Amino acid sequence: MAHPEHTPMAENGTAALPPERRTWVSPLNKRRWQNFKANRRALWSLIIFALLYGVSLGAELIANDKPLLVQYQGSYYTPIFNFYPETEFGGDFRTEAVYRDIEVECLIISGGLDTCWDDPEDVIREVQDTGMFEGESVAQGWVLWPLIPYSYNTVNDIGRAAPSPPDGTHLLGTDDTARDVLARVIYGFRLSISFALIVTFLTSVIGITAGAIQGYFGGLIDLFFQRIIELWGATPSLYIIIIIGAIFTIDFWTLVFLMVLFGWTGLVGVVRAEFLRARNFEYVRAARALGVSNRVIIFRHVLPNAMVATLTFLPFIVTGTIGTLAALDFLGFGLPSSAPSLGEMTLQAKNNLQAPWLAFTAFFTFAIMLSLLVFIFEGVRDAFDPRKTFQ
Amino acid sequence: MNVLEVENLNVTFRQSGQETHAVRGVSFHVEEGETVALVGESGSGKSVTALSTVALLPDSAGVEGSIKYRGDEMVNASEAQLRQVRGNDISFIFQEPMTSLNPLHTIEKQLGESLSLHQGLSGQAARGRIVELLTKVGIRDPETRLSSYPHQLSGGQRQRVMIAMALANGPDLLIADEPTTALDVTIQAQILELLAELKRSEKMSLLFITHDLGIVRRIADRVCVMQGGEIVEQGKTAEIFTNPQHNYTKTLLAAEPTGQPDAVPDGAEEIVSTSDLRIWFPITRGLMRRTAGHIKAVNAASVSVREGETLGIVGESGSGKTTLALAIMRLISSQGPVVFLGQDIQGWKSSALKPLRKDMQIVFQDPFGSLSPRMTIEQIVSEGLGVHGTSSGKDRRAMVADILHEVGLDPAMMDRYPHEFSGGQRQRIAIARAMILNPRLVVLDEPTSALDMTVQVQIVDLLRDLQRKHGLAYLFISHDLKVVRALSHKVMVMKQGDIVEAGTRDEIFSNPQTDYTRALMAAAFG
Repeated sequence: MAHPEHTPMAENGTAALPPERRTWVSPLNKRRWQNFKANRRALWSLIIFALLYGVSLGAELIANDKPLLVQYQGSYYTPIFNFYPETEFGGDFRTEAVYRDIEVECLIISGGLDTCWDDPEDVIREVQDTGMFEGESVAQGWVLWPLIPYSYNTVNDIGRAAPSPPDGTHLLGTDDTARDVLARVIYGFRLSISFALIVTFLTSVIGITAGAIQGYFGGLIDLFFQRIIELWGATPSLYIIIIIGAIFTIDFWTLVFLMVLFGWTGLVGVVRAEFLRARNFEYVRAARALGVSNRVIIFRHVLPNAMVATLTFLPFIVTGTIGTLAALDFLGFGLPSSAPSLGEMTLQAKNNLQAPWLAFTAFFTFAIMLSLLVFIFEGVRDAFDPRKTFQ
Repeated sequence: MNVLEVENLNVTFRQSGQETHAVRGVSFHVEEGETVALVGESGSGKSVTALSTVALLPDSAGVEGSIKYRGDEMVNASEAQLRQVRGNDISFIFQEPMTSLNPLHTIEKQLGESLSLHQGLSGQAARGRIVELLTKVGIRDPETRLSSYPHQLSGGQRQRVMIAMALANGPDLLIADEPTTALDVTIQAQILELLAELKRSEKMSLLFITHDLGIVRRIADRVCVMQGGEIVEQGKTAEIFTNPQHNYTKTLLAAEPTGQPDAVPDGAEEIVSTSDLRIWFPITRGLMRRTAGHIKAVNAASVSVREGETLGIVGESGSGKTTLALAIMRLISSQGPVVFLGQDIQGWKSSALKPLRKDMQIVFQDPFGSLSPRMTIEQIVSEGLGVHGTSSGKDRRAMVADILHEVGLDPAMMDRYPHEFSGGQRQRIAIARAMILNPRLVVLDEPTSALDMTVQVQIVDLLRDLQRKHGLAYLFISHDLKVVRALSHKVMVMKQGDIVEAGTRDEIFSNPQTDYTRALMAAAFG
């Protein structure tokens, strides 16, 4: 092989200093991104997932039982962000206005006419058609509703037996307490993904730290912590969650805490093994000979090695967490039943086999969500594969 | 009749749209009972040529041309026909005896597999044949070895078993791909003798692939010199060695580390010394982890290196030479005083050692393993500066550029990653990483043994230059006596943790005292 071992250099002996190439993204990460982009399926999954999750993060603006914007007697109101008592719109109660009530709507549109209490439909129709009511001009107002005018816990009594099948008002039908299924799916998607991402992030941070310490220092520390992890791993976490659930009310953060408490051991083994392997690499030894501190060696030299194995594991943790949350909700030990939970929807589907839209919705939501995640992580793992990176 | 005839062979690898021409228009033949050597440096296409003879290349390889085994065309032959030839008529021995045997099977099972496959032997008949084969390759007490697993054998024994497997079906042609490279020099000599003897007694032909010209001279009848996928010269061994025609052959033949180091000035400061340094690893047994014995890696080593001086430590694998060097650098624990720049640093805490780390550096053997693949050259070389600080008034990048220039690399390459460099260039980077801190002592742990001969010579020159310029003290560890002779002022020979002989370069090389040293010399300079 004709490798030039020497490169000709300026005669005066001073080497020309190349311009500094400092970019925020290192060439290595750029190449990883290129690799990821080359995987069309992963890229499209990422785009779709980002859209879905991005949209669901603004769920309050899409599916809500409060209007986005109200104009009443010339002033503007934003009910989603602010509390307005009914008296504000000429009503009687000091409690928050129930915007879905036809009377309240009538009050807003007609600028607070008293006739609204008797015949709201006619008032609304006349004001909207003519801009006047019984010959007198009114301060006409309007209401801007979100795309889906129901929140996840809005009970919409439409006078039919719940669960009701899909129709024009409820695109995916209603569940057994007459709540809009589509709204619940949007909120449930956000809740599931957020829960999974938070739990995965926390378990990874703790797991990687523990594994790194064990693997890097080895010896007695390793021996001692391995035994602790064995004991910890043998604790039946489901029972603990059920017991805790019997004593306290479980909310989102309690469940996150419990899941992290028992989930952090998952990554320890992998990271520990990678560290045990990598701590004897020659470049790690070279760094030790340079006097580099342990902390820096761990972060700069060893951790990147462990990251590939960790990334291979992450999709299992994310999807597993979504599954566990759904299972807990399905069994009734998870979040309270008012929460927008996909697991609870699955339970309803089981209890209401005559309402197949529930089962289909739950199934497709899970299938699409989990498939997208798996495809994305597959792409990420391939992009981090050192063999692909260095071609 | 020719056993093997290769004509106008072209091998092309296709990977993600890129084509690499590994072998270009190669023609040669092997006659009956003849030994032909394919010689070349890494990447010259010699192994690819050998593997293509029985279509053992991966799917990404495209083979064109003609390969005839006893007149039968092998290129595009059917899989069944190839299987008939592989292992039966043409046998292979590979380089790595560690990985070419399955660690989960006994010797008997591994040998028996090939026998039952090609000859239908089983039971007592197979056993008899296996014992016969093991005797033939010089394994003592073959009956007791039958149920051994590969890890219970030494490297040399494993390579013997590999040869026995290759011989099992009485091949016509034995292809040996660097069969001795991973072995110690004394074992190397034994294996070569064995191969030559077997070739005579079994009336085989031998196609021998190597980078080591010393071996070629000893074993081959004819030589094909390969460079960049082409055969640049072929002919009778004696002719090639006495009268090489091609420039590349001349370079290869001349590529031998020569010369000697500059004399150490009188009154040079002693950089490091040890007296009776001992490195014993305890073996613990039982529940209470009671120390039941020790693995004695190094016994009573006394060394001393002065400024501008090189101490060469010679020994075969497992002799404890690397362990000793790591202990002197306080990278592993040991017993006994280690005096560095006048201070006994034995037992110092790592925080106390940190300022001293600047003055002692190490360069490792494997230029591929010693550079982190995820860092740029600048990051790798400047890592030590992050710990010990840049010298005053100097920019980090300017210092990296200077040191890269000093080791003979273009500073413009400092933003690249290690995989873009050749082995020799990587070793220069590793040397730059050590040199940037201006150390007093550099431990060189086989810095040349993973490199091609021509590159070795350049690295030896570079090391000598650096020593002259900076008055460095070297602790040079190697199994290669030629390199040691070119670099060392003093030499120490180690065997199984003991220092069997120590003295100045001239004493050891011209008048070795012990049998072991003499055996090493005989194997190396033959």
